[in-house]
Amino acid sequence: MIELENVGYNYGGGELLTNVSVQLAPGSFHFLTGPSGAGKTTLLKLCYGALSPTSGKVRAFNMDVKGLDRDQMAMLRRRIGVVHQDCRFLDHLPVYENIALPLTVSGRDLSGEEGNLRELINWVGLTERADAVPPELSGGERQRAALARAVILSPEVVIADEPTGNVDWDMSQRLLRLLVELNRMGKTILVASHDLALIRAAKSQVQARVLRISDKRLQLAGADL
Amino acid sequence: MSQGRIRTLITGDVQAARVVPPTGFTAQLTLFVSGAMAFLAVFALALSLASGRLADRWSQELAKAATLRINAPADQRAAQTEAVLAILNQTAGVASARALSDEEQAALLSPWLGQDIPLDTLPVPQLIEVIAGDPGYDATGLRLRLTAEVPGAVLDDHTRWREPLVDAANSLRRLGLFSILLIGGATAAMITLAANAALAANAQVIEVLRLVGAQDNYIAHAFVRRFTLRALIGSAVGVAVGMLGVLLMPEASDEGGFLTGLGFQGLGWIWPLLIPLLGGLVAFLATGRAARRKLKELA
Repeated sequence: MIELENVGYNYGGGELLTNVSVQLAPGSFHFLTGPSGAGKTTLLKLCYGALSPTSGKVRAFNMDVKGLDRDQMAMLRRRIGVVHQDCRFLDHLPVYENIALPLTVSGRDLSGEEGNLRELINWVGLTERADAVPPELSGGERQRAALARAVILSPEVVIADEPTGNVDWDMSQRLLRLLVELNRMGKTILVASHDLALIRAAKSQVQARVLRISDKRLQLAGADL
Repeated sequence: MSQGRIRTLITGDVQAARVVPPTGFTAQLTLFVSGAMAFLAVFALALSLASGRLADRWSQELAKAATLRINAPADQRAAQTEAVLAILNQTAGVASARALSDEEQAALLSPWLGQDIPLDTLPVPQLIEVIAGDPGYDATGLRLRLTAEVPGAVLDDHTRWREPLVDAANSLRRLGLFSILLIGGATAAMITLAANAALAANAQVIEVLRLVGAQDNYIAHAFVRRFTLRALIGSAVGVAVGMLGVLLMPEASDEGGFLTGLGFQGLGWIWPLLIPLLGGLVAFLATGRAARRKLKELA
């Protein structure tokens, strides 16, 4: 699905990541962990093409991400669902329109997708809040709305950046269950999180592998978690 | 551009238009600017059409009419007039020739000399009005013949003072057309500025749209549609007001001279109706260019 080969990334003030190689196989569930500022978000951005590596190669669906033009990049974004750390909504549109945004921008007829949309909103438990605008939502509601938006186009890969960053334990358990369900449906999942308790909880539900960034490199964490 | 794309632009993908938050103030500015520009364009158009008509009329009418002046002592005047009229009647290309009566001559002189002029006591030359046929007569040949047979007769075919007038009317027409070009350019510039401001103000929205997989064309379309419609509506209103203004101007009349002839005649009324379409086209092209450039800068 997504493949990083000797990837390095340089912000201009020295190397942030170096010699990173990893393969996300179809249907796999990966956690990405590491201290704050270690480069978790950067690594995720390299995976969905928001950043371009300064060295090495990123391949997504067997295409070199570097060689894609702007339109091809837009098509790639439709195949990878991303839950951003700060969610990124259009604040003037109600929640259900934000969730349907990927459908809208890809030119799909919304009237034909209404059933799916309602089901998805129900799945993330936002039926009551569907008409609210994003600034009115709580942290947990925002994360669930972002997750719903990330999966509405039924992408093959779902990438989530600290989806449980500012929600309480019950809510993070709920989000985790949604991600595990997606993985059982065959989606490839990559979740960046520094919440070790959450990762431990996940390991009891799913065959998750844990990648850790330390000292600019990516390592496969052992059984110590 | 295909017909389908134009149709979606006008009828609109309402959903696509909604992704960009409404901006009241720039919207009103764009409406105002395109309205004002369309209003000015109506007058520039009226000016160039009217001066074009004037130039055509002057060069045609004056080319046909000429004046023959007979300077002769009072006792020979009648004889020379008869001789000249005889020559004119023989000349090929002269449609008609007519000696002006004393009353007509008095009317022509009254603005300068007053109503009660004793014409018979003044050495006023006799005037003969010559109307050319089609094709016209040979002015040089006629002059030569007159010099030989009636030395006191002078032919004035108005070329001397007709040409500067026609030139002036023609430059007025060119100025009008140039103004229309300037108005179009200024509209394009202002809509580009407004579109750039709108794109910059919506950088966040554009980023979100890119993140969920929107292509540049889709995003540009939302802005282009908005600005094109605003320019269309604004200039339609401006043209309507401008045409009303032209309609209310006084009719062309002899007393008012050429100034009152400013306006549209017959099929000329169709021209100003094209201004909103042109305004929309200018906005469409300007916003499209601005959006494509800005989108590459933004993300």
